[in-house]
Amino acid sequence: MNPVNYLYLSALLFTIGAAGVLLRRNAIVVFMCVELMLNACNLAFVTFGRMHDNLDGQIIAFFTMVVAACEVVVGLSIIIAIFRSRRSASVDDASLMKW
Amino acid sequence: MNLAVAEHGFLSPTGAEIAFVLIGLVVLGSALLVVTTRQVVHAALWLVVTLGGLAAEYLLLTAEFIAWVQVLIYVGAVVVLLLFGLMLTKAPIGYSEPPDSAARIPAAVVALGATATLLTVIVDAFRTAYLHLGDDTVGSTEVTGQSLFKVWVLPFEVLSVLLLAALIGAIVLSRSRSRAHSGRKD
Repeated sequence: MNPVNYLYLSALLFTIGAAGVLLRRNAIVVFMCVELMLNACNLAFVTFGRMHDNLDGQIIAFFTMVVAACEVVVGLSIIIAIFRSRRSASVDDASLMKW
Repeated sequence: MNLAVAEHGFLSPTGAEIAFVLIGLVVLGSALLVVTTRQVVHAALWLVVTLGGLAAEYLLLTAEFIAWVQVLIYVGAVVVLLLFGLMLTKAPIGYSEPPDSAARIPAAVVALGATATLLTVIVDAFRTAYLHLGDDTVGSTEVTGQSLFKVWVLPFEVLSVLLLAALIGAIVLSRSRSRAHSGRKD
């Protein structure tokens, strides 16, 4: 099996996620695209671990998933707090700290 | 990993590779739909397809534990949380949010640049790599658990503290402001 194919898939998935983060304006869809990018990195980690015949890549991927779960929880509560004060879930409306 | 592309061909049609190509196409297509669909609930449901396909790719890489954790955490928890978030922010179902036209060109430049860089580096580095999938490092729960609790104990414990911090942070953030004020007055 040629491991480079998995890395191609990972790179393309990361690119799709990055384009989504830059393009979409709904904060929750931006979140989904961040998840896509994290998953692409996870796939690369698992592939590298497989190529070098050890389990550390899989452990790192596991840790990434846990951190991503934390990120989703805190991020969603921030989005909902912003929605309560501004009645909008668009990232363009959260521009209070923009200079 | 050895230099055996010449004898195996670039894509030797074993079952695992056919499965990889099919699942990979599904993953890429549904990821594109997550980004491009105008309906946010549909985006969340296409995300389920993407994450499930990635779990299948992990299985093909013999990372069983990671595959099931992916199903449990992402498909089971994260997507449900995202759907709850969509409902709580009262996103109108079927609302078509136009993509940001001002950001379209920079987004295309950044995306194409990232693709070009990543693909060039990957092609350059791993063109001749070939992987034999034996039974030596199958990421079963037993082996992964042993590695986790023998080598990675400290990061594991730090992660548990991080989870606690995220839990407390989410509770603090999601308490409504008025109730916090009245609680202080009482």
